[in-house]
Amino acid sequence: MESPPDFSLSCPIPINDYPHVLLAHGGGGTLMHQLIERMFVPAFRNPLLDARHDGAVLAADGARLAFTTDAYVVRPLCFPGGDIGSLAVNGTVNDLAMCGARPLYLSAAFILEEGLPMQTLWRIVQSMRRAADAAGVQLVTGDTKVVDRGKGDGIFIATAGIGAISHRLTIAPASVRPGDAILLNGDIGRHGIAIMAVREGLEFEAAIESDCAPLADLVGGLLEAGIEVHCLRDLTRGGLASALNEIAEAARLGIGIDEGSIPVREDVQGACEILGFDPLYVANEGRFVCILPASEAERALRIMRRHPLGVGACLIGHVTQDTSPLVTMRSRIGASRVVDMLSGEQLPRIC
Amino acid sequence: MKFIDEYRDAGAARRYAEAIARATTRPWTIMEVCGGQTHAIVKFGVDALLPPTLTLVHGPGCPVCVTPVEMLDKAIEIASRPEVIFCSFGDMLRVPGSGRDLLAVKATGGDVRIVYSPLDAVKIAREHPDRQVVFFAVGFETTAPANALAVVQAGRQGLANFSVLVSHVLVPPAMEAILASPGNRVQGFLAAGHVCTVMGTAEYEPIAKKYRVPVVVTGFEPVDILQGLYLCVRQLEEGRAEVENQYARSVRREGNPAAVQLIRQVFRVRARKWRGIGEIPQSGLGLAEEYAAFDAEARFGVADRTAAESPDCRSGLVLQGVMKPPECPAFGTRCTPEHPLGATMVSSEGACAAYYRYRRREGAHEAVPATEP
Amino acid sequence: MCLAVPGRLLSIAGDDPLARTGKVSFGGILKEVSLACVPEAKVGDYVIVHAGLAISVLDEEEAARTLEYLQEIEELGESA
Repeated sequence: MESPPDFSLSCPIPINDYPHVLLAHGGGGTLMHQLIERMFVPAFRNPLLDARHDGAVLAADGARLAFTTDAYVVRPLCFPGGDIGSLAVNGTVNDLAMCGARPLYLSAAFILEEGLPMQTLWRIVQSMRRAADAAGVQLVTGDTKVVDRGKGDGIFIATAGIGAISHRLTIAPASVRPGDAILLNGDIGRHGIAIMAVREGLEFEAAIESDCAPLADLVGGLLEAGIEVHCLRDLTRGGLASALNEIAEAARLGIGIDEGSIPVREDVQGACEILGFDPLYVANEGRFVCILPASEAERALRIMRRHPLGVGACLIGHVTQDTSPLVTMRSRIGASRVVDMLSGEQLPRIC
Repeated sequence: MKFIDEYRDAGAARRYAEAIARATTRPWTIMEVCGGQTHAIVKFGVDALLPPTLTLVHGPGCPVCVTPVEMLDKAIEIASRPEVIFCSFGDMLRVPGSGRDLLAVKATGGDVRIVYSPLDAVKIAREHPDRQVVFFAVGFETTAPANALAVVQAGRQGLANFSVLVSHVLVPPAMEAILASPGNRVQGFLAAGHVCTVMGTAEYEPIAKKYRVPVVVTGFEPVDILQGLYLCVRQLEEGRAEVENQYARSVRREGNPAAVQLIRQVFRVRARKWRGIGEIPQSGLGLAEEYAAFDAEARFGVADRTAAESPDCRSGLVLQGVMKPPECPAFGTRCTPEHPLGATMVSSEGACAAYYRYRRREGAHEAVPATEP
Repeated sequence: MCLAVPGRLLSIAGDDPLARTGKVSFGGILKEVSLACVPEAKVGDYVIVHAGLAISVLDEEEAARTLEYLQEIEELGESA
């Protein structure tokens, strides 16, 4: 692997292949990781960034804080189960929760497109207020900009969040050990399909709602019970597969999961079948994986299942002794396959 | 989901695998024609359940993979025009032409849209009378009726702004080309269940007879494929060479007459070039004379474009079942889904992509794409 | 080629055979599908759908027979 370059004027990404940014660079897959690993990380390199986790854990005057930032560009702005506002609040809260932090304060910068109806903006703001109250956080600072009509998708929201860490654990891929159990708090694929459904004009017998929800409370329950959590990761863009691949790569360990243990609702499966998607790669907004010692798995599952957002919690696999960071899955029919990182956006199959 | 989950049952899969092992007394080489079957085999790991004497080779049943380079170039040229809304199935967007792919056209401002059905493209044409709407009609016989219906509907609705870029291919001529080629090792076929749903099974009878190969029309779920393999092995062991129908819940010998009628109305059989293989006579479909007005190649003046294929890409050998993807020197190194040399690495059904995504461990190729130089 | 999925036909609209469409449920997802090639399809049937077009009506008896076949060959195998 090449050593990180000193500041140089030449663009380090394979520019011959990608002279322009593609949508795939935001897809949560390999292309996005390439962009981050080759352009952003080397440019800003420092030990905190190297931890490669959802949030940075900072020490400030004896206190441990978690700090995270996110941007929300979802289209459509409103979807079953939420909108860009509740997504922004819960997404930021969840990144903090993945550090094992108690989320406290949020900031929000709004980039509004000229022509956005005030009614829509008001609805989003109200939704953010409700989500913030539910998550127990306060919006303490913000910014507003307006761009010309045609230069923004209605509204973009960029957030930052701060949380307090009272546990002594290092919750990060570096703490993952061979033999650790991997828990998932519920069925996958709802958010991505809820979004696709609006975009594609799908109807449902019973509407599929996004699973967008704040996870800090659920995680807090595990930490308060003294569970030795090694790593947490929420499943956003790129789905379960991407989250596990990221952890495997950062931890330099293999992961083995069992397809039969991964819950997928029938209607989500139906949508995936007809749209040609694989549920493993579909976005979620209220799901996370918890990696912990196998001996703690049973107790952790009991605690999670007592919480409304953990009712469907299950054991989906283990970290292996393998030093090659592949995620392998035992298929439903009992054979093994590699669950790869997507290269870009998941494109719907017809074939 | 009903009529899907039952065919993914682990117990049934295991029992079929055992039945196949009991029935196989000699080495056999069987080809599954359809890319969708390749995808299922590799995704569910069906071949891991088979006895080592049974060799599966993956055939050219991936229409995305066999679309010739110049057809991609024509698509890219048309899609780059400002007045065009270019509609395509998702699979085609990442396939490289001579230079770039349709996704790159989208990135630089082209109006390229993913649709799930050609009928959606007709709807777009209706909604945008001021734009030229072009549908990339790629596929085997399975998609031909939908494409034909789209053209008929466009005609009935008087949508002069709608056209199709046709690159249809047919399965039986490809099977014959493989069987007739000197290096052929394929002894039995799993035929494509959805192609046969449309076309029926009769046209495979002369092939089975002429080349003395069993042809089992097979579905797409793991249990279907295992049952198809079992039937094929039984025929091989018993020295039979017949057309058998495993996918009887969808396939009838006469196929779907209404669909065949639509295809005959809108299309004519013609020669087609297959990427990586070359031209095969009578192997594709083109628009019939009466529907020539909907031909995008003529409308946009791109009919004469030609292109050379990448010298490094060996997808032709993979498509003919002569080489397995990990045996290609470029596999996983110079050729990955991020920088594909050919279509088989890009298409979700392409054999190379299937191996890369699901099987990278074998063939000893290191899998950390993000840090690859 | 051939991602075609079985779904249950819930309702039918249109008289003209080429323009006939139906609402099909795929595990709870509803999609409008062209029935131009399956004039015999009735509400309650399962149809196999590819690229927005139903290409066959699923034969439920054959479907069951496919699953029973395993039993038959195992019985044969045991007695062989």
